[in-house]
Formats: sequence, C-alpha cells, structure tokens
Amino acid sequence: MSERPVVRHSTIWKPENIEDIQAKADLGRYRIRGFSALRDRPLPSFDDLTFVPCTLTRVPLEGYREKCSTKTVLGTRFAKKPIEIDIPIMVTGMSYGALSYNAKVALAKAAARAGTSTTTGDGGMLAAEREHSDILIYEVLPSRYGINVHHLRQADAIELTVGQGAKPGTGGLLLESKVSDEIAELRDLPPGVDQRSPCRHPDWLGPDDMLTKIEELREATDWQVPIFVKMGAARVYDDVKLAAKAGADVVVVDGMEGGTGASPDILLDHTGIPTLAAVSEARVALEECGLYGTVQLIIAGGIHSGPAAAKALALGADAVYIGTAALIALNCNKPLYVDDYHAIGAEPYACHHCHTGRCPVGITTQDPELMKRLDIDAGVERVGNFFNAMTLEIQMLARSCGKSDVHALEPEDLRALTLESSMITGIPLAGTNVVFAGGPGWKPSSER
Amino acid sequence: MKDIDCTDKTSRIINQEIRHHIQAGETEIGVHHPQARHNLGVAVLQPVSLTITGSVGYYCGGLIDGPRIEVQGSCGWGLAESMLSGTVIVSQNAGNSAAASIRGGTVVVRGSASSRAGIAMKGGTLIVQGNSGYMTGFMMQKGTIIVCGDTAEALGDSMYEGRIFVGGRISDLGNDAVIEEVTDQDRAFLTTTLAQYAIEAPASFQKIVSGRRLWQFDKKDFDTWREAL
Repeated sequence: MSERPVVRHSTIWKPENIEDIQAKADLGRYRIRGFSALRDRPLPSFDDLTFVPCTLTRVPLEGYREKCSTKTVLGTRFAKKPIEIDIPIMVTGMSYGALSYNAKVALAKAAARAGTSTTTGDGGMLAAEREHSDILIYEVLPSRYGINVHHLRQADAIELTVGQGAKPGTGGLLLESKVSDEIAELRDLPPGVDQRSPCRHPDWLGPDDMLTKIEELREATDWQVPIFVKMGAARVYDDVKLAAKAGADVVVVDGMEGGTGASPDILLDHTGIPTLAAVSEARVALEECGLYGTVQLIIAGGIHSGPAAAKALALGADAVYIGTAALIALNCNKPLYVDDYHAIGAEPYACHHCHTGRCPVGITTQDPELMKRLDIDAGVERVGNFFNAMTLEIQMLARSCGKSDVHALEPEDLRALTLESSMITGIPLAGTNVVFAGGPGWKPSSER
Repeated sequence: MKDIDCTDKTSRIINQEIRHHIQAGETEIGVHHPQARHNLGVAVLQPVSLTITGSVGYYCGGLIDGPRIEVQGSCGWGLAESMLSGTVIVSQNAGNSAAASIRGGTVVVRGSASSRAGIAMKGGTLIVQGNSGYMTGFMMQKGTIIVCGDTAEALGDSMYEGRIFVGGRISDLGNDAVIEEVTDQDRAFLTTTLAQYAIEAPASFQKIVSGRRLWQFDKKDFDTWREAL
C-alpha cells in the first residue's frame, strides 16, 4: 500500500470554481473577458452530426472535377440590389475599437479577395474598411456609436442588430485600455472610459416598432439594399418569426458559441442556446411562416471549419458568418510573442484576453506598437487562404452528397451521432430511423 | 414653395416626392395632411425647408443632415433620431425618444416630450419647452438638453458627458447624475439659445452633469454599480 494518501477532488469545489470565487472576492464584481464560451461541459455542436454521402442509393459528383456552385444571394425579398457573394461564408461584425486598424483592413481585403462581405461593428464605419471591402454590411446597433447617414448610404446592406450570441440581452463592453483618443472621438465618448453599450435600441423596443424602424432604414437607403436583422440565439423559433414578419430581408442568428471582444464571462457561458439548436429552430420558424427561401438565413457562432459550415447549410442556413475563426486565421492564439501572452496571464491556444487591449499578436488592441505585429498583407493572405480552404471543404462534402450546388445540401444528407443532437435537429440518430423531435430533419414517417 | 398632399399616399411615395422636389432645386416644401404617417422626411441631406402641417408618426426627420423641418402638430417616437445637422421643430408634443442619438443640430419640442428624450445624444441640442418624461438624457454622451418645465424620474441616468438644464422641478436624478452650479456663461447660452426659438427662459435653471463615477469599474463604489450594471 502506498504511503501517499489518496487525493480526492470535489466535483463541486473544483480548482476553477475555487479560483473563480477568490478572483471575485478580490475584484468585487463579475469577471470580464473576451473570446467565447469556455464551459467545462461541451455544447451540442455540428460535430455531433455526420454526412451520409452517396453510395448506391445516390450518385456522387467527381470530387476534383465536377462543378459545385458556391454562389450565394441574400436579400431577395424587398431590396432592389440583393447581395451576391461568391461563397456562403461572410465576416461578421467586429468593431474598429475591439479590433485594431490593421485587423479591420486585413479582414476587408481578404473578404474582397474571396468575393465575400465584411461587416462594420459597434463603432461605426472605418473609412479604410469601406475602401477595401467590395461588399460592406453596415450595422445599426443599440449604441449607435458613429451612426452616420452618409456611411449608411454607402453600405451594401444594413444590419439592424438586436443582440449577439456571446451575450444576448446585454450590450457590449469596451474597457478603458481600448478607448483610445481616436476610438473615443469616433464614438463620441470620453477617452479612457469603460464603455458600456446599451442593449436596447434608443428609439424602438418591440417587433411592432422594429417594423417601422426597418421601413425607416429602407427609406434612408431608397429601398436599394437588403435589411438584415441580427439576434443572439435565445427564443429563436419565436424571434425569427417576429423578425421575418417585421419585414427583414435576411435574419442572422448568432449562437451562444459566438465570440466577443469583452463580456461578463457568465453571459458567455450561461446564456443563449447553441448554434446547432439555433439553426434548427430558425429554419422551422421560417418554414412555418411560409418564408423559408424568401427570407434568407445566416447562422453564426463558433463556425470554425468547412464541415461546420456545410452542416449549417444542410440544416437550412443560406450562409454563415465567421468572426473568431477569421481572427484565428490572422494569428489569434498563435504561439508568437509567448512572453507577452504570459504577461497578461494567458497562454497561446488558450488566450481569451481580448478585453485587456494587450493582444500579443496585434489583433484586438489599439496599441500602435502591438498593432504593428499584424502585417496587413500577410494577414490578407492567411485569411484569404482560410476562406478558400473552408470553401473547398464545403464543396467536397456537397459533391460527396451528389450536390452540384452547396445550397442543395439538405437535412437528409445528415445523420446524428448523439441522442441529443438528434432531438435538437430532428435528424435521425445514425443506425436508427427514429426521429425524436421537430427540427429541420423531421419528416412524417410516411415520407421517410 | 412646392406642396405635397399626403392623402392616399404611402410614406414611400411622399418621401419620393420630397426628394424629387429637392433634386429639382426646390428649397421650400410643404407636406399636408400627413395623418401621422411614419418616416416622413427621413434622410433628407440638403439644407431645405420642410413644413409639415399636421401630426406625424415615428422617426420624422430621422437620419437627416442639414434641413429645417417644422411639424405643425405632434410627433411619434424617435423624432430626428441620429440627425447630424439641421433643425427640427415640433409645435406640440413629442413621443418617446425625441432626438435619440443625435450627433448635431437642434431639436425643439414646443409642447412636452415623453420618456427617454435625448437618449444617447452624441451632440447637438434638444429643447423642450414643456415637461419631459422619465429617463430624459439616459446614457447621454455629449450635447445639451434644455427642459423649461419639469422632468420625471431618473433624469440623466448613466450619462457619460453632456449637460442638462431644467427650468422646473426635477422629480429624481438618475444614476451618477449630479447637480452642478449654473455659471454666468451657462445663463448667457440659455438666454441666447432659447431666444432663437422665441422661448421665454424660466426664471432659473438647474444644471445636471455626469458625476463620472460610472466611467470606470470601481469595487469601492458598489452601490452605484449595482444599480447601473
């Protein structure tokens, strides 16, 4: 028998729970951090589904030869000029302020190179972003920081943001280290404040008001460009119906895996529903309204690969937004300047310290010296390559399922690998023909 | 003056006619029988004069830069929201969120304004000749609000900067809103500004500004943050 006593660890008072209590005992408030959910318990995700490619019942396309379209059209409902993009992957809204100038410009150039769009964020439009983006979506957020009708009218689409997946029901944060003189001036704030964005729009509250607000934005842009409505994933089934009925051309649903530059960490880990569930509810909602295909659906929140995007498309999305993945392609969390990660209490591959403004790789900072570490041209190359890789992955999966258009992917191309993902999506559990719930994979047994 | 009769026309058609007249070089346009339609005069970007004879709905004069819009009646929510420059005058009352998030220009409400007047203002001036509702100046960032009458609960709640002058009774100050002494310079500004719109200044004003205790998180100031967060 060993002389050492057996060490028993509590599952309640785990080291991270003890550390959390002691940190709050020092801090006197909730904790704030960036990045996305860091839960111990994994969320149901697209990884819980698998494609069932063609064998004998269906014929695949030649993987490396036959065409597979990725063209994506958004905003066909009311706008005179719908958006046409080459790939179903778009860059989500991330503010100039949360991100550095170099990061915003690199994303704009990379998106333009890949034939897709980028989005402004909670800080108004950066002139260089407009200059380098072929297609720019202008966010109208509750804070209205930097709101400018001339910028609005330069946009290719307007996104009326109700909330975001990282912190639905709560406004944004930008801590003092990132509220530089320039950022403060752009947002009409005092330099160096802890900026707390409102969560409600200043001039409307519910869906009835939003209908009128959407009409105002259409009037301001002469009904030329699509109006998106973006929301954090909460009561998605009802919220998507309300947004569609209020006149949105495009609905964006951002799951709880969505990222942020700064948020109370309890909101990142304990609010919203997973992206997998969000896309399932959203599709059913649009189908029940009779607007599926008329109102386009964009899904966001933790989309990190071609397979995740392809599964989102198969479940009903017309396109996906990426944010954190694009930053990671820029070098976020890469083991460079390792001492600087350590200096802010982080590690490469486990850094969620965007809120500090001390980003070691120059992405989520306003420090001119740190920003220099992100070379724009090199960043454009990496993000552009990542867009290409994701696109090839989506096409590969679509071809294997016999689809000559990535938008032809469908729930029938999927099987669930876990009971919970089957229940969430309505996709049969692999090895069974059993459907447990009413998600997009659901069909009456007579039709299966 | 070119006149538009709104009878049996949608807001979209009315706004198209307004833009058509502006493009044709008209500088004075009359809009009649608006019947509380929403979104009239949205995104007018030229220094023209628009006179609306009757009450209007939501977002009248929203997202404008430069015009002078006069509403002979009352207005709904979001009057002149996000205006960059210009003047918007309402002869009667304003619904919620008048002058929301304006970045410049002047909004004058000759009657009373409802709740959240001047919310998130980023510049410019809001003048309310009557009373204003709860949370006037909520999260105000810059600019000036002048209320000649009384104000309801939570005045200036969580304001970052800017200044609010109240000529009547203040029901209640919001989080981190504090009263500051009115200076001679302030009095001269008030007299001059109100005179431009033929508004007689009340005998005295109180001045409300940010206490700046919400500018940074501070665990020692828990009572304030508990309410604000």
